[in-house]
Amino acid sequence: MPEVTYIEFNGTEHRVEVPIGTSVMRGAVDNSVPGIDADCGGECACATCHVYVEAEWLGKTGLPEPGSQEAAMLSFAAVSQPNSRLSCQIRMREELAGLTVRMPEGQH
Amino acid sequence: MDANVNFDPREDAYSKPLDQIDVSVPELYQNDIYQPYFERLRRDDPVHFCADSHFGPYWSATRYKDIMTVAVNNQVFSSRWDLGGVRLEDQVQGYERPSFIQMDEPDHGERRKAVSPVVAPANLARMEGVVRERTQTVLDNLPRNETFNWVQEVSIELTSRMLATLFDWPLEERHQLMFWSDVTVCHVDTPDAPVHSEAERYAELEKMAKAMRVLWDERAVSNSQNFDLISMMAHNDATRNMEFRELLANCSLLIVGGNDTTRNSMSGGVWGFAQYPDEYRKLRKNPELVPSAVSEIIRWHTPVLHLRRTALADFELGDKTIHKGDKVAMWFVSGNRDDDAIKNPHRLIVDRPRSREHISFGFGVHRCVGNRLAELQLRILWEEILKRDLEIEVMDRPKYLRSNLIHGIRDLPVQIH
Repeated sequence: MPEVTYIEFNGTEHRVEVPIGTSVMRGAVDNSVPGIDADCGGECACATCHVYVEAEWLGKTGLPEPGSQEAAMLSFAAVSQPNSRLSCQIRMREELAGLTVRMPEGQH
Repeated sequence: MDANVNFDPREDAYSKPLDQIDVSVPELYQNDIYQPYFERLRRDDPVHFCADSHFGPYWSATRYKDIMTVAVNNQVFSSRWDLGGVRLEDQVQGYERPSFIQMDEPDHGERRKAVSPVVAPANLARMEGVVRERTQTVLDNLPRNETFNWVQEVSIELTSRMLATLFDWPLEERHQLMFWSDVTVCHVDTPDAPVHSEAERYAELEKMAKAMRVLWDERAVSNSQNFDLISMMAHNDATRNMEFRELLANCSLLIVGGNDTTRNSMSGGVWGFAQYPDEYRKLRKNPELVPSAVSEIIRWHTPVLHLRRTALADFELGDKTIHKGDKVAMWFVSGNRDDDAIKNPHRLIVDRPRSREHISFGFGVHRCVGNRLAELQLRILWEEILKRDLEIEVMDRPKYLRSNLIHGIRDLPVQIH
């Protein structure tokens, strides 16, 4: 099963196996990784599963560009950056094995 | 729908023809008898049309999923003040309030971003100490073994101080802010409302806006990086040239948002635990459940009953067609009790799995900007209550506000032992 590394704002790392087809958000929530709230449960309707994708993963196969609704929600997240994504919108695939995401200071 | 002792709301809700159900009647909330009507609608007619109400014809979205659909589709479902705004009660011509909650993109987003850093995580971390200190003072000064009104002594006391801080408003004059909040949300035909006409409401809000304008002008020329709502708006390109009417509208929005909602969740939680004392015992034994209990209280009480949208195009919702120009109410108070989305929804459960997944803050681009501040205040309140091991005995049922917008608790008599 492919692995995702979640890095908390304070630097704590969590390596989690996330099944193919499961979202990166669900991978964190289901394994009690702190720092992702996911208030809407994965509907792309809030911005509380906000993560920063590590530079080397941007533009990789398997990591599509944010859709218009995701972009709209991200524009309201605290400290949104060009590598910001909503982790509920990233589905695990083989190509994403080893993906690393960082958490913001808090979800808003 | 009166307070007649022989009146059975459940029987009424289930015996009425569907087209005669009107959930916009403010007395349903004042008398705390609304649940059976929504239960019936969720079961029999979840996307419901009411052709004739005091507020005109309107649709109701009553299920969690349908509310979510409306909330996220801001291309079809507009918030614009010039189409009527975000309450079932239309904006009255000549007295419209163009606040950012009553705008669509991009106008809404530009203005919202001016104020959102005040209630973003980094700033909240800075505020936590002040909030905790105030909460401790308020709790330590409460009387013991005598009846007092929790709403007045705790909920209003704490949220009014918070509000003064957010605006950097003189603390000793904080009760003015509460008054203007009540003025903003009231139905003017309520007998004991603070104002009795739109003209009177507007006149009071003009006084508020003039006072805010004085602070604004002082802060606009100041170079210090102040982190209050007025300074943030005065220094942001999207809001610095705001005309008087928009300033009035945004200040009244932020006063209500920063006060009325959390005030009522602070009272609603106490009332919830009075009905589910086992849950309070569970929380006392497991204080690490406080964050989850806070989300659950916000769901269970649902401080904002509904928000409204206006359809910009025809739209299929459930098995109904909403037509361009129609009003649609998203009844958060019903979505939060939808057992398709939330198991055993009427019960307050402090360790409910996925307790964050409630609909009280709305969803989509208009989602509550102050949600994390609300959670912070409630978390600290319950942490401090538990530290003191307070036993709060509710002496009588709460008295509710006559409103179809704000789920307001006016009186909650309690004793602390």
